[in-house]
Amino acid sequence: MRHVTTLRIGPIGFRIGSDWRAPIAEVERLYAEYPKPDDGIADFNVHLFAARPWRRVLRPSVHIGGDFVIPDAAPLPLAQGLLAAEMGMNLQMALGQRRYLLLHAAAAERDGHAVLMTGISGAGKSTLAALLMARGWRLMGDEFALIDPETGLVHGFPRLVSLKNEAIEVVEKALPAAGFGPRMKGTPKGTIRHLVPDSRAVEAMVKPAEAALILFPSFGHEAAERPVLPSEAFVRLTQASTNYTKLAERGFDALTRLVRTVPARALDYPDADTALAQVDRLWRAL
Amino acid sequence: MRLVTALRQPERATALDAAGWNSLIAVARAEQLIGTLAWQVEGLDVPPAAARILADARASAEQGRTAALWEAEMAQRALAPTGVPLVLLKGTAFVAAGLAAGQGRHIGDLDILVPRDRMDEAEAAILGAGWEWVKPDPYDDAYYRQWMHELPPLIHRERDRMIDVHHTVLPLTARITPDAAAMLADSVALENGMRVLSPNDMLCHAAAHLFADGDLAGGLRNLWDIHCLMGEYGSEGLAERAAHHGLGTAMARAGRLTHHLFGTDVPDAWRALTALDRPYIRRLLSRDAWGRRSRKLTELGFYMRGHLLRMPPAMLARHLWTKFRKGYRPV
Repeated sequence: MRHVTTLRIGPIGFRIGSDWRAPIAEVERLYAEYPKPDDGIADFNVHLFAARPWRRVLRPSVHIGGDFVIPDAAPLPLAQGLLAAEMGMNLQMALGQRRYLLLHAAAAERDGHAVLMTGISGAGKSTLAALLMARGWRLMGDEFALIDPETGLVHGFPRLVSLKNEAIEVVEKALPAAGFGPRMKGTPKGTIRHLVPDSRAVEAMVKPAEAALILFPSFGHEAAERPVLPSEAFVRLTQASTNYTKLAERGFDALTRLVRTVPARALDYPDADTALAQVDRLWRAL
Repeated sequence: MRLVTALRQPERATALDAAGWNSLIAVARAEQLIGTLAWQVEGLDVPPAAARILADARASAEQGRTAALWEAEMAQRALAPTGVPLVLLKGTAFVAAGLAAGQGRHIGDLDILVPRDRMDEAEAAILGAGWEWVKPDPYDDAYYRQWMHELPPLIHRERDRMIDVHHTVLPLTARITPDAAAMLADSVALENGMRVLSPNDMLCHAAAHLFADGDLAGGLRNLWDIHCLMGEYGSEGLAERAAHHGLGTAMARAGRLTHHLFGTDVPDAWRALTALDRPYIRRLLSRDAWGRRSRKLTELGFYMRGHLLRMPPAMLARHLWTKFRKGYRPV
């Protein structure tokens, strides 16, 4: 591949190769504070490539590949090259991660303890994670929380926070001094803008935390809370994990331990402020 | 080539720099040999980041082994009432028999060999035990039944695992027709009642799979199987057995290539490469530092060769025409 960069997010090293300079330059600019992979050896490779040589220049379209691929991943226009790189890294994690139990969840830490927030796309994970960061929490990630089957600890994956549509403005207001990526319109998920995690999140990114609270937020409803039984939390989290079945017994043990020891709540909320107040109250009550 | 060197002389991997490790790991993943590599370099002094990745690969392979053996157990239970013997092929056979070829090996589908005159019974038993058709397309179904060496692939509705039920080891349209009845007759029982092919037949099947069928995708892993099997079983009587199955040419080529690439101990007749072996080696080693295929032309050549081996030209034309009209495009 013509253009290459490497970086580490949390404990995971990546090597990204691209047929074009632009996506690599964007990744290097936004991940400037991030370290390189341990020993220079990447856990995963991402390929951003043109399906045909002339598609490098003629209506360039970025195909996403890597060590692990899904057959029908749609290509993106070159202007969304950064998104392609992000999707490539997420894809490698989702398909190839075997060291940690992978939960599709946002996570934030305080005093060594972490809140995990999981839900379908649009539930508000990324927005809440960014706003918690704005309020002094350490951002551990907006996409994946990694549970170590040996210790039960949560490891962060603080990649760029992927803000979508209305959430972009909300977070821009809350974090006016933060670093942002380009505003990408017309992506498969509408408008996307990436937020650079603050220095604190980056400096402490390999520090694991103890899971203290599991939340299942759901945006667009009257404010409401209800406890979630371990059995229900277990089932919901198996659905939120891309590698639960691959880890077999290790995954089962890690997940049962998590839901047995950590309280879980379902959280309905009409707007971000309400949700943050709910999280604060639940956190203080622990 | 770096992967071949690391498998053959694992201690040389300890001298790799970061770039060397990155490409070794990428290529090993692409060839589905990362678990094998992990076992080969175990205990050697490698950088911690590489050791971590390889430990994950070993754990994955171990999990894959458990799942493969469980799948074989399920098939055995399904076939038990019919009395059709369960003869395991390829990866599952290697791990069930505890062979070196199974160490760290990636195992995809469960492949079994069933006597041709008992296929209907086996099919009914397997369908009754929860497996379902993957390809409901009538043309594909008829094609498999008329011309292939196996039933159309079946997948288990709960465990999401495929089973390939073979009645011989090459498509019926291929010009080589191995003696499947002899393979079944000489198969060996394991302690748990499952069966595997005799050592020489196992090698013949591996060679058939590698050279007489398909386009050599995943060929390096199949060649490593042959290297391990020859190391463990030796090659006495192998040439004669291969000749009996019509696989003399394929077996000899397999012998020459394993000797050349992995230093396998083979009979003298298989020690010198022929001019025709070169494209095979190019095909087997055609990965760049990112694990991507780097020789498109060689690849296309082998794709066409794979299809020509499977069927006579007129039939190939008809087949491709049907596929074309149905909107199928090779990737």
